[in-house]
Amino acid sequence: MKAEDIPLIRKIIRRNKRLEVLFAVAGFLALLVGVLTFVALFAQMAVAGWERISPDFFTNFPSRRAGQAGILSAWVGSLLVMLVTAVSAVPLGVAAGIYLEEYAPKNLFTDIIEINVTNLAGVPSIVYGLLALGVFVYTFGFGQSILSAGLTLGLLILPVVIVATRESIRSIPLHIREAAYGLGATRWQVTRDHIVPYSLPGIMTGVIIGMSRAIGETAPIITIGALTFIAFLPESPIGPEFPWVNFEWLKSGFTVMPIQMFNWTSRPEEAFQQNAAAAGFILVLMTLAMNAVSIWIRYHVRKDIKW
Amino acid sequence: MQETNSGGAVTVAPYGPLSVSDRLAKKALRNFKERVIELLLLGAACVSVLTTVGIIWVLVSESVNFFGTVSIWSFLTDTMWTPLFAEPRYGILPLLAGTLTTSVVALLVAIPLGTTIAIYLSEFARPTVREVVKPFLELLGGIPTIVYGYFALMVVIPLLQLIMPELSGFNMLGAGIVMGIAIIPYVSSLAEDAMRAVPMSMREGSYAMGATRLQTAFRVVFPAALSGILSAYILGISRAVGETMIVAVAAGMQPNFTVNPLEPAQTISAYIVQVALGDLPHGSIGYQSIFAAGLSLMLMTLALNLVGHVVRRRFREAY
Repeated sequence: MKAEDIPLIRKIIRRNKRLEVLFAVAGFLALLVGVLTFVALFAQMAVAGWERISPDFFTNFPSRRAGQAGILSAWVGSLLVMLVTAVSAVPLGVAAGIYLEEYAPKNLFTDIIEINVTNLAGVPSIVYGLLALGVFVYTFGFGQSILSAGLTLGLLILPVVIVATRESIRSIPLHIREAAYGLGATRWQVTRDHIVPYSLPGIMTGVIIGMSRAIGETAPIITIGALTFIAFLPESPIGPEFPWVNFEWLKSGFTVMPIQMFNWTSRPEEAFQQNAAAAGFILVLMTLAMNAVSIWIRYHVRKDIKW
Repeated sequence: MQETNSGGAVTVAPYGPLSVSDRLAKKALRNFKERVIELLLLGAACVSVLTTVGIIWVLVSESVNFFGTVSIWSFLTDTMWTPLFAEPRYGILPLLAGTLTTSVVALLVAIPLGTTIAIYLSEFARPTVREVVKPFLELLGGIPTIVYGYFALMVVIPLLQLIMPELSGFNMLGAGIVMGIAIIPYVSSLAEDAMRAVPMSMREGSYAMGATRLQTAFRVVFPAALSGILSAYILGISRAVGETMIVAVAAGMQPNFTVNPLEPAQTISAYIVQVALGDLPHGSIGYQSIFAAGLSLMLMTLALNLVGHVVRRRFREAY
């Protein structure tokens, strides 16, 4: 290195440092696009829909007059569909995850299941709607019901639950299992008494993420033919007489929050756009709340586990 | 039969009053129970395979009926998609053009922004910034797509019309941009995971040679994480191709054989939604046409998945 090279080298270093600052700014701006979109979306809906959000909005059925329309049938429908989704997807997903992590022998069949779960996660949600239309609605004869919709969304979030269960189980150190087996426990006893309880926070995170995805899904539910204008409630799941529960509601027609919002969004009148904004605001609040719970679980419950 | 749980309350001493045959019987029952549970768990794992089989069966069987009426050749080459006309024509090309155009717009937004965010978070940002920003991005990815559709229609397209006054109220550009923003979190989080998995020793080597963070990021970390980053892109592409509600709300519902993003058009998925909203009788040609459309969509995402597998194999770097 000669003395006269030094200014040149300094120049190169200065340029590289400038480039670095430039990129840091670019990265920050890119992040800002995401954050600002989120803020703009939320604020626009809050402002546009604010005057529609009142107790009446939650207790009124949809109506031809925008000022009287509400989301009663939509939120009740969403709740009931989510119930079916949770009851179908959680046990199946957790059981499948346990099988793949704790039981499955390493063979071709297990490989097929694994590749299959990965691929299912990439299938567009509307294709699940077509599956449900062909299988649940017509082949099984469930009709355009809460049961069909709940099972569809159950299948849709199954990969999410399976992957979350597996990751959570995989983080349990081997010596926990060895200690339990050393005491003579069977495989199921190890699973039931150790693996499942320790992986519960992770599983719950995955389940909540999956449910928050399911509650906003519109396309597959439209595809099975859910109606967009419902002015009645399904029969109550809790009856006045023995055995106090009935399952008539499973076969009922229904609408859900995102479909109600879609219906209002696709109308030209401004008043209905206000309703859409209000419904969207509530829908986003619901998914945000669910995501916040899962983030909280991940940051606080998991931190307490020390192996 | 009471179980002798490890450490549980056992009222009878295990080797006390039980005879040998009793103990053998107990063991046999226990083994039987274990076997049943294993089979149940296996059954649950098989549901995912059954789902795939079900999807393929439904799509193929209804499409076979459809192609009994409409020839595959005209499906693939006809440039008109007019299923509701008196003389319906079923050419997938207009829908395909709509799908590809909106996807390309979305990817032009999502890939540069997502990659920049990933590099920034993985190589530049302080841990505290990352801790705050990552949940935020996750929230962005968790917003229902119908809400994004509403946002595109009510906010983004009016903003675009300020710049281009002749733009129509429904267009692929607005829908594509919002779709791109909706996909950013998927791309950035997977790409960041891939870059964070690159061992620190490689960065240290690069810094020791006098490289800046930017040079390290682009010349060492990015190539080393290429396989993971490409799978992030491929996931983004398959999201864009299958995305439904944003385009159904904001891109218009008219099939339009064009690749000009300033025009309105219909995508494959939006067509399925449009038909499902109407009341087509089960078994009619219109009903079958949504399965043929769905099959095309499924084949596209399947092809992308296969490319993803090949790419992961081809570019995988092991440390």
